[in-house]
Amino acid sequence: MTRALGIIAGAALILLYATMLLLIMPAIQLRTGENPPAALAPYTEAQARGRQTYIALGCVYCHSQQPRDASLAPDMTRGWGRPSVPKDYSYDNPHLMGTMRTGPDLFNIGARQPSVDWHLTHLYAPRSVSPGSNMPGYPFLFDVIDFVPEGVTAVNLPPEYRVRGGTVIATPDAMDLVEYLLGLDHTYPTDDLPQADPDDQPAAKSADDDKVSVLDTDLLSGTLLPPVAKVGATQ
Amino acid sequence: MTPAIAFLLAMTFLISIGGIFLMVWGLANDQWGDGEEAAKVIFAEGELGREEDPALTGVRRKGIQKEHEEGDLNIDEEELAERRVFDRSGRTPVLWWLSSSIVWLLLGSLFGVVASIKLHVPDWLIQDAVLTFGRVRPAHLNVVAYGWASMAGVGVGIWLVPRLFKTPLLGGQYATLGAMLWNIGMFSGTVAVLGGMSEGLEWLEFPWFVDIFLVLGGALAAVPLLMTILRRRVHHLYVSAWYLIAALVWFPMLLITAKLPLFTGVEQAIMNWWFAHNVLGLWMSPLGLAAAYYFIPKITGTPIYSYSLSLIGFWALALFYSQVGVHHLIGGPVPTWLTTLSIVTSVMMVIPVLAVAINHHMTIYSRWRMVLSSPTLRFVVAGAMMYTFASVQGSIEALRSVNVITHFTHYTVAHAHMGVYGFFSFILFGSIYFILPRLVAWEWPHIWAIELHFWLVFLGFGIYFWPLSIGGWLQGTAMLDATRPFMDSVLLTMPYLKARSVGGSLMTLGHVVFAAHFILVMRRMGPASDAPPKLMQGFGKRKNVEVANGAKS
Repeated sequence: MTRALGIIAGAALILLYATMLLLIMPAIQLRTGENPPAALAPYTEAQARGRQTYIALGCVYCHSQQPRDASLAPDMTRGWGRPSVPKDYSYDNPHLMGTMRTGPDLFNIGARQPSVDWHLTHLYAPRSVSPGSNMPGYPFLFDVIDFVPEGVTAVNLPPEYRVRGGTVIATPDAMDLVEYLLGLDHTYPTDDLPQADPDDQPAAKSADDDKVSVLDTDLLSGTLLPPVAKVGATQ
Repeated sequence: MTPAIAFLLAMTFLISIGGIFLMVWGLANDQWGDGEEAAKVIFAEGELGREEDPALTGVRRKGIQKEHEEGDLNIDEEELAERRVFDRSGRTPVLWWLSSSIVWLLLGSLFGVVASIKLHVPDWLIQDAVLTFGRVRPAHLNVVAYGWASMAGVGVGIWLVPRLFKTPLLGGQYATLGAMLWNIGMFSGTVAVLGGMSEGLEWLEFPWFVDIFLVLGGALAAVPLLMTILRRRVHHLYVSAWYLIAALVWFPMLLITAKLPLFTGVEQAIMNWWFAHNVLGLWMSPLGLAAAYYFIPKITGTPIYSYSLSLIGFWALALFYSQVGVHHLIGGPVPTWLTTLSIVTSVMMVIPVLAVAINHHMTIYSRWRMVLSSPTLRFVVAGAMMYTFASVQGSIEALRSVNVITHFTHYTVAHAHMGVYGFFSFILFGSIYFILPRLVAWEWPHIWAIELHFWLVFLGFGIYFWPLSIGGWLQGTAMLDATRPFMDSVLLTMPYLKARSVGGSLMTLGHVVFAAHFILVMRRMGPASDAPPKLMQGFGKRKNVEVANGAKS
């Protein structure tokens, strides 16, 4: 080739084409932000602050928020919830879908683990409630004080994790973060998932139809694991 | 879905027709015919068959030269002397970009090792939010990707410009300014990530005002390229030039599009991975390939194996690489046609990769013994081989059946390092070994230090890559097995994560050796080389040259 302009134009045009295909077309098709599911509430102020902490502490580098279909992976069996659909992310900016599962998926952690106590204990000393975990503790989200005033939540800790001569309490940051985690609950039904089409001719049905019917929301809620028993709930 | 498919079909049709017209035009205008001549553009008159490696000592130089059977060389010495002046014309900007990149390399490696250790010693350094894993890890990624790899890539690219166009570098001061702005961006971005001001998107953590510095810095770095092209003294644009031009067009386009507040939710995730993969595909890859396409033939003194093939490789890379990003969201809540498109283009990447692989590996094939002697070439060839490996691995990894296992695991992390480190960083190391002596007129004082650097990073990377790939694969299989608790997938990775820390530490040690050696050359320290003091000729003021020559002879 002998023309620099040709290369510049060609390179730019190809990238424009790819941009149109990969970004503009899906955006036209999806329009996630415009039509949020009725059952999905926008983030409360506390949840939004907690979400900011989730971002600032980089939780996304170990936790995804996108359960996969049962035909791909046993995400539902693990209690991570039904496969997510675009609408579920209506209020998410920035998105936190993640691409790593050093830890479990958190898209429905609020439904799977609704205990504030458990989350606080887990954030302060992960291995006290989840032996073997390689999640770091977040001691800077907590304070140690002598006397717990009214309206402040003390963290329930097994004896070996307690701080001598003081009580570990949650800072507002920790409470907001837990508030956000508890709000991560996308177990409501959705009709955006592929369903067995009643108009289909019976002959066209394949073995895959069984898999599709697994996406039934009734069945889904049944697969959610019961909350983990509270650890040290009473002192 | 219907409009999307209709659009895809229409575009496929139009692109095919357009491709045919382009081919006809290319044939009619002889864009292919004299390609093999164009492959020789990078050599001086009569220089074919002569090695070029400033890191070599005299004995090895003779050994290498023996590889050629051409016998007497009749080189145009005047042209060589002129080239030595050109080589130095980009001194200030290139040194700015390269020196900065090495500082970021050291810092980025440190972040990498800390993040790696944290995954198996989770209670280490947790008292402060600044050093929590979720901040050190993105700091590592941004510092090595935008600080080390990008800055070194731009530095190498700018240095190549006068070589490719046989003209002194014009407008170098713009690129110097660009390096300063880029450094400001890197510094503030890193502080922002560590301080918890990340924007939350992987590869795009830097706040938007920080990225303004990167866009401006990158644009300024492109100015000397464009100015020098206009004054070039060669008719043909050598293949390296295409990649350089394209990379400098693509990066600002990518970064600006990614930072526009257009997308939220799933659309943003799609944009996120379109961008992140394109940083590798349309920014680092072209810069790395530009360097490899120059240094492999130049060091060996052999023109590239097939010049026409490189043309296919270039345009196929542009077309396919730009569409592969969504394979990071396979199984996610994105339209199926979109992931399928990305999987198909990921597999199609085999075409440009094979084109490049044939060119690089066949060129070195007849001169493979040089890899043993030339430290520069060894880095570049190892990098080129790992490019082939990483690319083929990536194509396979995009297949749904494989991806379902590797997705969400450390396997992907290992693969990403094969691309950015195994391929790109190795080529950058080799390039810097070639370039620096020509900028400062001082040869690398310790060949053993180059050897040590090579083996530390090569073996270190092996210890990094293989265990992490195996561990990641096992992690993926464990996660897919519903009968095993999730914790199994965490526990089983521990030995592999420890191995990764060992490998990463060795790599970091290699970088320290490299940086120390770099400083020695910059300060003109260490024993003088026994190689002919040719580098000194034509440098700077006449007086200096005489002094330097006198000192050496």
